[in-house]
Amino acid sequence: MPDARILEVDQLTLQFGGLTALDNVSFDIKEGEILGLIGPNGAGKTTCFNAITGVYKPTSGTIRFNGESLAGRKRFQITQSGIARTFQNIRLFPTMTALENVLVGADAQHTTGIVSALFRLPKHRREEIAGHDLAMELLRFMGLAKQADELAANLSYGDQRRLEIARAMATQPKLICLDEPAAGFNPQEKRVLMDLIRKVRDRGFTVLLIEHDMRLVMGVTDRIVVLEFGKKIAEGAPAEIRDNPAVIAAYLGVEEEDAS
Amino acid sequence: MSRFSLGTHSLPSVSTLPKPVKIVLWISLALLAYALPLLEPPFISTPGVDFGGVLFVVTVYMLVALGLNIVVGYAGLLDLGYVGFYAVGAYTAAILTSFHANWPLLLALPFAVLASTLSGVLLGWPTLRVRGDYLAIVTLGFGEIIRLIAINTEWLGDSRGISNIGRPPSLELFEIPHLNWDTGVPLLDFNDTTTFIEFGVLDQIPYYWLGLTVVILVLIADKLIKDSRVGRAWEATREDEDAAELMGVPTFRFKLLAFATGAFIGGLAGALFASRQSFINPLNFLLLFSILFLAAVVVGGQGNRWGVLVGAFLVAYLPQRFREFDDFRVLVFGLALVLLATLRPEGLFPPRRTVRAKQLEQELDELEEGTDGEEKTHA
Repeated sequence: MPDARILEVDQLTLQFGGLTALDNVSFDIKEGEILGLIGPNGAGKTTCFNAITGVYKPTSGTIRFNGESLAGRKRFQITQSGIARTFQNIRLFPTMTALENVLVGADAQHTTGIVSALFRLPKHRREEIAGHDLAMELLRFMGLAKQADELAANLSYGDQRRLEIARAMATQPKLICLDEPAAGFNPQEKRVLMDLIRKVRDRGFTVLLIEHDMRLVMGVTDRIVVLEFGKKIAEGAPAEIRDNPAVIAAYLGVEEEDAS
Repeated sequence: MSRFSLGTHSLPSVSTLPKPVKIVLWISLALLAYALPLLEPPFISTPGVDFGGVLFVVTVYMLVALGLNIVVGYAGLLDLGYVGFYAVGAYTAAILTSFHANWPLLLALPFAVLASTLSGVLLGWPTLRVRGDYLAIVTLGFGEIIRLIAINTEWLGDSRGISNIGRPPSLELFEIPHLNWDTGVPLLDFNDTTTFIEFGVLDQIPYYWLGLTVVILVLIADKLIKDSRVGRAWEATREDEDAAELMGVPTFRFKLLAFATGAFIGGLAGALFASRQSFINPLNFLLLFSILFLAAVVVGGQGNRWGVLVGAFLVAYLPQRFREFDDFRVLVFGLALVLLATLRPEGLFPPRRTVRAKQLEQELDELEEGTDGEEKTHA
């Protein structure tokens, strides 16, 4: 089922007091695609992420994941059900090692409790081994295997960004949401990262990517949704978006009377 | 860097030893700990105060510090009312063995622990939704409320307290002589013996043995739990609660678990203390003790189980060892805390990771300032 919709955002509205951060936004993500969510600063991209991952409660509208509404679910439940994310400002667990950071992600699918741990029951051992294997595999995939025992705080900026992606992948999500993973990278590093994101998709993850560097996002995404001032102003293949006058206007600015 | 050398360079050398050597080392250390009150080593033993009794109090503080370390050190929840759990454990043991029933202590102990664990859950359920300073204030209130309830409730013996609290069953097998150092050389003193194992009024050494055994068991349990999904979830929650939640950690549940586990150990310590004292009243559970318990954890190095043991030892032992300076006790204690806060803000033995992170930070600073050329090779 190549066109199965994994996430459906339906007329999502989010208001903070008098400010409407998201205004009636609808889009969906199909399984196995890389969807770019772009827009100028303050357009509501991260807000949209936060609504999807349960950080904010929508004022109105629904978000369905695999056909089920996410309303009322706790944040950790949303993660456990298969949506993982990274953060615009890196939020690793600084005094834990790279490996442990990824293990925390892997633990999302585990159920070992205090009794299993205390008596070293088979479940603890099984999950510990499985989690460790998965975590090391992901660290190798991200090129971080050598830094596995290094504290997250001591990793370089780029490694920290990659570690965040590894941690998110370790929760074994179907949909992985990357919030400006290339922020602070130079053009060369950005290209490498975009290749990596394609590889992430090739491993069977569906990717939702926030990025406000247009040129970059064109190369990697299958489809793009453009937000401006909390409204969706365009949606389509990268080539269509590039030529869309509304998008060009949003990014480059136009004369006052032409602005919509 | 030299600031941190004390805790860092000695520890890795132990962990790199081959396993059989390590086991022998640990066993001899444990044996030495058990034998300590019999050896009565000069300078270490406490003149004027019963050494066995002091050591027992040390084990109670160690237990409390281990429990509080789970709450404060691992899960990062500032608990200023930990004495409340300790009191619940002590009072439950007292009520069941003396005041309202005549249960044997060993039967009452599980109930004392259960009661304190429950009180931890009951306190945590509504309060763990608030964070940081607010949690500290709420727990502070809890500790005081427990004490005030004890004072004002006749059923709990009000301010007169409860006496004749049950002792563990004795099993008088044989006598162990102490060492006598009066002549300068250690001699076996057959006039001064400890009965193995009699939980009486005069000789507190069997209580110390019991306390030490419980400390060792809790220490092992602590390690097993810490090195698992539970320990990682606690640490992740402490480091960044929101990020942890978004990585699939049910943070509230794990915070509650940390609270309950801490309360469990606190209640156990309280019940042991009550049994040894044989008499408790609300004065045993003042706010001061919450602060002393927290001091043990912070002085030792929160998050490091060996560090908090050292902290507990210092807080419980030093005032007894230097009793002649009794009048200056609080002054010295305050000065020591101020010095510690300025010189070693992470405690005497911070967890190795904090040390590593700090070291790197410092090296980077030095590199940026360009003050120390030799450090460059390391970074």
